[in-house]
Amino acid sequence: MTDSESATRDLGSAHHGGEHWVHERLLSAASLLLGIWLLASLLLLPSLDQRTLGEWLRGASGAVPMALFIIVSFKHAVDGLKVVVDDYVHDDGNRFLLIGLINFLAVGGASLALFALAKIALGAAA
Amino acid sequence: MARNPSRPLSPHLTVWRWGPGMLVSILHRVTGGALSVAGLALLVWWLVAIAGGPASYAGLSKAAAHPAGLIVLIGISWAFFQHLLSGMRHLLLDTGAGYELGINKTSAIATIVGSVALTIALWVNILGVGR
Repeated sequence: MTDSESATRDLGSAHHGGEHWVHERLLSAASLLLGIWLLASLLLLPSLDQRTLGEWLRGASGAVPMALFIIVSFKHAVDGLKVVVDDYVHDDGNRFLLIGLINFLAVGGASLALFALAKIALGAAA
Repeated sequence: MARNPSRPLSPHLTVWRWGPGMLVSILHRVTGGALSVAGLALLVWWLVAIAGGPASYAGLSKAAAHPAGLIVLIGISWAFFQHLLSGMRHLLLDTGAGYELGINKTSAIATIVGSVALTIALWVNILGVGR
């Protein structure tokens, strides 16, 4: 780690100044790897019809990384959108409402995606 | 806390001279926002459609094959590649490397050239252009 990052450790009222920054980077790295996994998987599938996709997500090698992709992508999106809102929405009340709305939608969207994935992975073969 | 309205606030798009580094920084935010909204909405729709069976998936396939759907998909794929490459550049910058003016400018331009090239390569592959 760089000197500037280590200098922020244990600072701030909660005493973990640099931790949040490091977590964001780890989540970015995870998004990067899982994004490449998704693209590579889709390109390597023989076709993109419902049957082929269903079979792919029924196996652990498809379903487990997809579950991780859903969780990591939505969390990464919330982190990123929060930075944008913090920078460009200057009214405290609007900022609070908007970040709250983003969190609600992200948790809802991720839950729906995970439910659909569970239905595919655990459902009877079509 | 009350803020002084005479103080400038971001975005400072109108007061800075545009350059590759600034353009890529803005593109990283714009593509991140687009992927968060349109990309994740598409991910949810796609998984729900697969879970719903062949008939429900046919609706998504039809929308994807429509010219407007195709433009959205090409846009999302470009946003994905641009955000991926500029994200890799940001992770490198976070280690403290790549701030020299020449390298910084070259790496910024490289993310744009790379994202456009990858988008073209992907869609040539998918649509089978020239095959």
